[in-house]
Amino acid sequence: MDAPGRKQYEALSVEAAVVVRQESAWQRVRRNWSVRTGGIVLCVLVILALVAPWLGTVDPTLFDAGSRDLLPGRTGEITTLDGEVVRHTFWMGSDSLGRDIYSRVIYGTRVSLVVGILCALLALAIGIACGLASGYLRWLDGILMRFMDGLMAIPAILIAIALVAMWRGSLATVIVAIAIPEIPRVTRLVRSLVLTIREEPYVEAAISLGTPTWKILFGHILPNCIAPLVVQGTFICAFAILVEAILSFLGVGLPPDIPTWGNVMAEGRQQFNDYPHNIFFPGVFLAVTVLAVNILGDGLRDTLDPKMAKKMGSE
Amino acid sequence: MYAFIARRLVATIPVLLIVAVLVFLMLRLTPGDPAAILAGDAANTEQIARIRASLGLDRPIVVQFGIWLGNLLAGDLGESFYYKTRVVALIGQRLEPTLALATLTILVAVIVAVPLGVAAAWRFGGWFDRALMGFSVLGFSVPVFVLAYMLIYVVSLKAGLLPVQGYRRLADGFWPFLYHLILPAITLSVIYIALIARVTRASVLEALGEDYIRTARAKGLPEVRVLVRHALANAAVPIVTVIGIGIALLIGGVVVTESVYAIPGLGRLTVDAVLARDFPTIQGVILFFSFVYVLVNLLVDMSYVFLDPRIRY
Repeated sequence: MDAPGRKQYEALSVEAAVVVRQESAWQRVRRNWSVRTGGIVLCVLVILALVAPWLGTVDPTLFDAGSRDLLPGRTGEITTLDGEVVRHTFWMGSDSLGRDIYSRVIYGTRVSLVVGILCALLALAIGIACGLASGYLRWLDGILMRFMDGLMAIPAILIAIALVAMWRGSLATVIVAIAIPEIPRVTRLVRSLVLTIREEPYVEAAISLGTPTWKILFGHILPNCIAPLVVQGTFICAFAILVEAILSFLGVGLPPDIPTWGNVMAEGRQQFNDYPHNIFFPGVFLAVTVLAVNILGDGLRDTLDPKMAKKMGSE
Repeated sequence: MYAFIARRLVATIPVLLIVAVLVFLMLRLTPGDPAAILAGDAANTEQIARIRASLGLDRPIVVQFGIWLGNLLAGDLGESFYYKTRVVALIGQRLEPTLALATLTILVAVIVAVPLGVAAAWRFGGWFDRALMGFSVLGFSVPVFVLAYMLIYVVSLKAGLLPVQGYRRLADGFWPFLYHLILPAITLSVIYIALIARVTRASVLEALGEDYIRTARAKGLPEVRVLVRHALANAAVPIVTVIGIGIALLIGGVVVTESVYAIPGLGRLTVDAVLARDFPTIQGVILFFSFVYVLVNLLVDMSYVFLDPRIRY
């Protein structure tokens, strides 16, 4: 009777250990200073983006020739789409067309967050598919990884710039163009995880039970890749927000009438000497947003992915 | 050793080939007639027909790629309709500013970042270490053009120390040349410093935990010698590797920095070509940058032999 009893005990203790570890991982994440700081700042930005119309803003595309180049805090007039003239205080000044920088910056939060999140999701989705295929279907591995090596040899910003130039700038093309150069990195990560996990006994057990390949991939292997992928996703998000701003700033991204931080800064370039606020305010928002996402990513990496944290020297 | 170099050279060929395929496909996958796109918006039917014939657009796509690759290998990147010159000549003209900016940036970054990283690892967990790590996250997050304008505002407009914009060729004298490059190089080096300092700190920290460090200290070596000759020398491989990988960041930064500081280099050429939808130039610049990136990383691989005598190929 000793053997089965012992086995039962072992099984119980393994289960208990797993439960304890999962709890502490989540608690570690919540206790982590970086995760908290980054998360709170991001929450504030998301709320700003959602309630933008109620924050004393006007339509960010409105302009008024009488209110051009106002310094921050000045009050001027702005004509609404109905032709009505209203008094408006330009908290962050106005640009050379008489648009309200404050409204454009607050509405710009929407574009940046949407681009960042969708880019990360898109790159992760395609990268996961390619990585699983490459790690599990050996005949595909060689071709796919050589292709990814080639893609990685082209600097990311150049791919994004060239693709947007060819497809012309719209929200969808910008998101796809920024996500594409990130795919190889996700693919490599997933592939290396798959190669490690597929040697685990539980995968072997599943194979010998005749589990279909797709079920092994999505039911057994993918759940074990989630922590590093969440970390990678936050860094892609931060990078995507930066690249979108760069594209808009260079004039090759979203059309200039769309309020993005990059577009506001691009518009302010010509008269930077006299009106630095055109660059200053969107620049601060952009830097704070990217910083928050990066800090969140650092915290998640430290708590969820200790191996990677050690490699980057943040532990 | 020579066999290794030969093998590594051969191994880069498939990567470069795939880069070529991708750059080739980029244009073919764009909706519209490639000949019309390559000829530019202002081209007439005769010019479009000439380009169509020279690209072999009526032939199968594999043959088209063959023709294109043949031209590429012969050093022919096509003709820019916007600048009315060969793309190869155009890249040659714009090379000096970019090369100068990149070299100065790497120099500044390495000279600043490596000592900072070593110092942080030496006083691991102390205030300096924390400050450097904080700076490094900040360096990754502040966009290069925002930083550029902040520096222009403080250093050039308020203090009047350095020129706001512009470039002087090396032929016009070394000091004016350097004077105009300092601010762009500092701007561009910040993200690079963040990256290199971080990796230097991590790898020196790892080396400092090794037994030979304890031995070196036990035999009474001065701390500087322990840090430089023993810790840093053993941490060299990851540091050089990250400098190589960072070239991709640098190239992205060059595009933005040259645009802000009005430097007539390859980065500025890229943006101008994109704004003019000058596809032969876009293709040429992407191929050139990717080629340089692959080549630099090949050199990095080879440098391991000198940096770490244990590595034998």
